[in-house]
Amino acid sequence: MAKKQDTTSVEAPIIDARIPAGPLAEKWSNYKAHQKLVNPSNKRRLDIIVIGTGLAGASAAASLAELGFNVLNFCIQDSPRRAHSIAAQGGINAAKNYQNDGDSVYRLFYDTIKGGDYRAREANVYRLAEVSNNIIDQCVAQGVPFAREYGGLLDNRSFGGAQVSRTFYAKGQTGQQLLLGAYSSLSRQIGKGAVKLYSRYEMLDVVIVDGRARGIIARNLVTGKTERFSAHAVVVGSGGYGNAFFLSTNAMTSNASAAIQIYKKGAYFANPAYAQIHPTCIPVHGEYQSKLTLMSESLRNDGRIWVPKKKEDAEAIRAGKLKPTDLKEDERDYYLERRYPAFGNLVPRDVASRAAKERCDAGFGVGNTGLAVYLDFSDSIKRHGEATIRARYGNLFQMYDKIVDENPYNTPMMIYPAIHYTMGGVWVDYELQTSIKGLFCIGEANFSDHGANRLGASALMQGLADGYFVLPYTIQNYLADQIQVPRLSTDLPEFEEADKAIKSKIEKIMKIQGDRTVDSIHRELGLVMWDFVGMGRTKEGLEHALEKIKEIRKTFWTKVYVPGQSVDMNSELEKALRVADFIEIGELMARDSLMREESCGGHFREEYQTPDGEALRNDEEFSFASCWKYNGEGEAPTLLKEPLEYEFVKRQQRNYKA
Amino acid sequence: MEKNINVTLKIWRQASPKVKGEFISYKMDNVPTDSSFLEMLDVLNERLLKERKEPVEFDHDCREGICGMCSLYINGHPHGKDGGTTTCQLHMRRFSNGETIVIEPFRSAAFPVIKDLRVDRSAFDKIIQSGGYVSVNTGGAQDGNAIPISKIDADEAMDAASCIGCGACVATCKNGSAMLFVAAKVSQLSLLPQGKVERAARAKAMVSKMDELGFGNCTNTGSCEAECPKSISISHIARLNREYLNAKFTD
Repeated sequence: MAKKQDTTSVEAPIIDARIPAGPLAEKWSNYKAHQKLVNPSNKRRLDIIVIGTGLAGASAAASLAELGFNVLNFCIQDSPRRAHSIAAQGGINAAKNYQNDGDSVYRLFYDTIKGGDYRAREANVYRLAEVSNNIIDQCVAQGVPFAREYGGLLDNRSFGGAQVSRTFYAKGQTGQQLLLGAYSSLSRQIGKGAVKLYSRYEMLDVVIVDGRARGIIARNLVTGKTERFSAHAVVVGSGGYGNAFFLSTNAMTSNASAAIQIYKKGAYFANPAYAQIHPTCIPVHGEYQSKLTLMSESLRNDGRIWVPKKKEDAEAIRAGKLKPTDLKEDERDYYLERRYPAFGNLVPRDVASRAAKERCDAGFGVGNTGLAVYLDFSDSIKRHGEATIRARYGNLFQMYDKIVDENPYNTPMMIYPAIHYTMGGVWVDYELQTSIKGLFCIGEANFSDHGANRLGASALMQGLADGYFVLPYTIQNYLADQIQVPRLSTDLPEFEEADKAIKSKIEKIMKIQGDRTVDSIHRELGLVMWDFVGMGRTKEGLEHALEKIKEIRKTFWTKVYVPGQSVDMNSELEKALRVADFIEIGELMARDSLMREESCGGHFREEYQTPDGEALRNDEEFSFASCWKYNGEGEAPTLLKEPLEYEFVKRQQRNYKA
Repeated sequence: MEKNINVTLKIWRQASPKVKGEFISYKMDNVPTDSSFLEMLDVLNERLLKERKEPVEFDHDCREGICGMCSLYINGHPHGKDGGTTTCQLHMRRFSNGETIVIEPFRSAAFPVIKDLRVDRSAFDKIIQSGGYVSVNTGGAQDGNAIPISKIDADEAMDAASCIGCGACVATCKNGSAMLFVAAKVSQLSLLPQGKVERAARAKAMVSKMDELGFGNCTNTGSCEAECPKSISISHIARLNREYLNAKFTD
């Protein structure tokens, strides 16, 4: 019997994730067998708001509508198909073991726990691995054109942090194809009238009535007016907060505002320090740059990463006097293969990123800035032929060529780490419910499954797991108690008050009329984040960042300039509202990083490392998810802890060497 | 190698759908050739803000050529004259010093202008909603390897499925036809066994919705294929025509 499924219990001082009892492999089955359900005639009477149309949002909205609920689905772009999940390149993991290479649900679970540096919940991760196989089946049934072998069966590739080939892919456009699959299911429900779509809308606040999430305030981005929507439950699938760094691989509109607003309404924000720096991005090239472009991790299957062995050679390359192809094999340092013989170029992302930074900091970096390393395909092209490499990565090579103006078939790519994904997010329990009743959080926006580092091809898996196979069950356990609740009027004082607060915040920003553009403040924040809350963090640096962020907040609220009218299409106002929240999340990231006096996964405190430069965890003191509770403007948030108990896996120092 | 160029922009400005729009000229000096076209517009907007003027509204999001949000008509070509490129992947090194660059929204009866260079492409969503899917609910799908699919069919379906829904095909077509967009989806799903069950109903529903929404007819000029940033072949239009005729004959 699943324990503590009572959704009415009040907040506990120690955070309880309400994990069902029983053996690891039976928890989810047990939960499903005993949870409360809503009968079909009652589902029609229940409204659910879903924020976001990425993999998590679209799959949840479609699945909930298929079950019979009324769904209101919001997206910031002009179409649900444009959500940033579309840009995921490499693939999606599943424990199918089609390759007969020893994979299993347990091994996927174990690799994900280990990859997350033992900072994720065992029960969540096991459930994720368990439903991974259903996702592949579901996507194939939708007509997702996964790569296939000549015999007609699904093809797989390997990805960082795993020794099996469990990654399913569709060229270098896996995210696109999975998202379009979810979008097609969503479109079917929109066509049937089961989902009402609101595109070019942005959620600006959640409305709480009697302690439960009962609606949202959203801004219509075309008219600029705020509008009120009520529902029996609210689901936030608005993605991660990587754009706090200004330069990241996120899309331009990817933002943290929905997450920050619900945090300010009482939802805990967990592990904000855990941000993923992806090792294979195209290096920064100019001050006008607006975003960074990822080159899929799958490239590490066939590409070898290196820098010159001798500093003189690196200097000559930086000065343009030497070409990488001039260097002979023994003049190159394949540093990942050297340091991590067992995993080589396929070490997890955090390890690969830090190793690149280490080499560049030591003076071996290439490119005109010295902040780049080579990703070289010449060996693979020799082994497999150019046609094979083109078939595998053609679109990525073309993308690189367009941006950098160099042909990677002839000369090695240059890559450098960049902010890519955020493992931290809104705290949720086993049911994906936040600390506010009736408010759920899915996909990258929540914190649940990746611990301190996410393995490649796991984000697509988690987004779709949450939306297709977890939330449609768990939300019913909550809604079963809500069938008597009528549709609430949006004239209730709670809606009135939330709407008024948003309007006055907007007017406050419009009235500043200062001399700083929104982007200039965002860039300033991004530099502080990258320099002090990026790949190498120190106590002094983080304290400095907290001071700097305070100044940036002051600059924003006294000097920002937003032209035009608030009740009109106004992209500067949209950006300003988002940057105000990036400042909040930036501060929370720095605060969490300062608190966590250990290194784990993507969080690397330079004071805490092993003699050979690896992350040094402190399980005695920091084996918990940090949950930050908002205490009001200008007040420090309270730290609450969800203890992470490892019942089934023995924690060890991660080892990718042997 | 990076260098700087000077260009003159002639940009379509239109405050709202109902008011008349016009071209406004902006001189841009010292534009780094390594910057992207959209980054060049960011620089222009920063300058306009410094001059206390309203920036140019344009759609963009992923800036890596996959979301399909960017939609500029540049010097008479959707996404500019380079083949296989979205506006966000276009770089200033493709332009020459002293050049005048005309920037318009994607124009078509079915894509009304919202503001400046932003247009409403929700008609594309409505077409997909009319049948661009396999009717399968979540759960209960059989094993992904239960039906082998020939690699040739899967690869061709993938080529069709790489459509990003940007609308360049409509914007460039003298008839404002959405045939390439519709064909890409119909073709993808009719190539796969999972999509074959509903192929007749799908082709009819999507074509009829396309007509209803004010898109024009296809006269096989091939400009859609030439301008498609994902180089989707008009052979998919031939397949759509076959699917549609078959569906009609079996009625």
